[in-house]
Amino acid sequence: MGKYIVKRVIMAVFTIWLVATITFFIMFLVPGGPFLAEKSPSPATLEALNRKYGLDQPVIVQYKNYMLNLLKGEFGESIKQRGRTVGGIISTGFKVSARVGGIAILVSVLVGVPLGCIAALNRGKWLDSLINVIATFGIAVPSFILSTVLMMIFSVKLKLLPTYGLSSWRHYIMPVMALSFYPTAYISRLMRTSMLDVLGQDYMRTAKAKGLSQFKMLFKHALRNAILPVVTYLGPLIAYTLTGSFVIEKIFTVPGLGNEFISSITGRDYTMIMGTTIFLASLVIIMNLLVDIAYKIIDPRIKLK
Amino acid sequence: MNNKHKPFSMHLDVSDFLPADREEKQSLVIMRESVSFWRDGARRFRRNKVAMASLIVIILVFIFAFVLPYFYPYGYEQQIRGSENLAPFKYSALERARIEAGEKVFPHFLGTDELGRDLTIRLMMGSRISLLVGLVASILILIIGSLYGAIAGYFGGKVDLIMMRIVDIIYTVPDILIIILLMVTLKYPLQDLANSVPGFGWINDIGIGLISIFIVFSLLYWVGMARIVRGQILSLKEQEYVTAARALGASHRRIIGKHLLVNCIGPLIVTTTLQIPSAIFTESFLSFIGIGVQAPMPSLGSMASDAIGGIYSYPHKLLAPAIMISLIILSFNLLGDGLRDAFDPKLKN
Repeated sequence: MGKYIVKRVIMAVFTIWLVATITFFIMFLVPGGPFLAEKSPSPATLEALNRKYGLDQPVIVQYKNYMLNLLKGEFGESIKQRGRTVGGIISTGFKVSARVGGIAILVSVLVGVPLGCIAALNRGKWLDSLINVIATFGIAVPSFILSTVLMMIFSVKLKLLPTYGLSSWRHYIMPVMALSFYPTAYISRLMRTSMLDVLGQDYMRTAKAKGLSQFKMLFKHALRNAILPVVTYLGPLIAYTLTGSFVIEKIFTVPGLGNEFISSITGRDYTMIMGTTIFLASLVIIMNLLVDIAYKIIDPRIKLK
Repeated sequence: MNNKHKPFSMHLDVSDFLPADREEKQSLVIMRESVSFWRDGARRFRRNKVAMASLIVIILVFIFAFVLPYFYPYGYEQQIRGSENLAPFKYSALERARIEAGEKVFPHFLGTDELGRDLTIRLMMGSRISLLVGLVASILILIIGSLYGAIAGYFGGKVDLIMMRIVDIIYTVPDILIIILLMVTLKYPLQDLANSVPGFGWINDIGIGLISIFIVFSLLYWVGMARIVRGQILSLKEQEYVTAARALGASHRRIIGKHLLVNCIGPLIVTTTLQIPSAIFTESFLSFIGIGVQAPMPSLGSMASDAIGGIYSYPHKLLAPAIMISLIILSFNLLGDGLRDAFDPKLKN
């Protein structure tokens, strides 16, 4: 166990370093610097700006400097948004994204797991088919399509919900719905198969023979074992919510991290690109690691290599 | 002596050694033809109604995207003056005048966009792009992933360890981040290549956006395929026929190509089919945020994103590409599930 964790942590750190390095060098392949978009700066200003941000040095030296700063936990200053540090922008943006994403993850687990259980318990009946149809659609419809259709129905036609911003709880409804539809569908499918699998096990028959109540049988014996695949899905789910938020944030004009990432790329804000990429990549990688370890703790039968 | 009365006698019955007569021979002939892998799978597939329906839908979408545009009177870039922002089945004043003059004007089934381009043909071309991306990307993934996985699984040991560690690392890299970065970056070197190096002009014909999508997919998405193929090869390579082939002096290349990969054709087909919808999804996602296929070439994603601005007045513009994307992704998903049930029942979870 300890050896496994150490190995995985080393690999995670290596992957983060790799992502940072790849991003750094890809970024410098893109022609056009961060200052070209501004109203034609004079060569002297340009030179001064480049010197200020260390962009006049060879790429290798810049890379070394950046990595050394990164080790100290410093992301540097944003080139485009003067006077703001990348760390500050990330933390404000992330707070917004995490709130929407966190609610979406919560909703998808809280809705997906019961749906899957209901489908499994009513196997072959109309309720099962209904849930199956919903889940199939949930997997097929891309989130950006869903969110625009939602917007059309609830804001344009019914005029019930606001289309942009995040100032009240009503603003959260559509982004959360759009973001959680796919994972809800996926979790309910996952839950259905694993629940069916568990219900057919011998220990379930034993529990029934002992005369346990339906409630106890379901919650104490079946659910605990059936929920394992959902736990493994949490890692990819977090990654999905993050990337899904790029588009959701654009559609609903939510001032989150996804928006910052896209605008930093189009604006060639080098430090912001690096900061957001490293931050998001580390988040996904660390979450995956934690999920794998949690899996081992929940189910001791799993042998980790 | 008569042996018939002594069943335990060691004496042999001579009649057992007479040549078989015609009737006896007939009874030994296997009446049922042996069912091949393909026929068995196809039979199971045909019985699956959902999968058959999705196959028909996919064929219809292919006809819609690749055949119908040749018979359609409008072009996808053609801007029809005076016909901007028409609702479905409406004609502009100019066109109405022409109809009254006795001319036949082809209706705009889905109306036109703000530049006067017919939306039906744009929807067709958008679907064509989606299907192309899905198919080409899946084939690229199939080639790269299966070869990589086969080599890792076949040689095993250190080779396997190193190759699969690389796969693990690529697997944990958040793909969308890198894709967005690469999409923006690749545009410029590809543009240079197409415009300055002779022999690369075809890049412009296909479109820089599409080429970068293919490059990005073949860089990042093959890892799932490689893992599945490796797992299959690991068990297949212990089979006797591989030992036999090796004993006969077959080269590694021949064993992998002719014996191993051919025998995991089921999982290969299924994984490739299920890769198509995810490739289509990623393409439409990229085009939606504005870094995928470039104008004037339409893509379902960019059509949907263009429609958001006018969502209050022209909701149909959004619905058409939205339904199309969902239909394509849904039917490929269902087809893949059906193929899996038919050709590779083991793979199910």
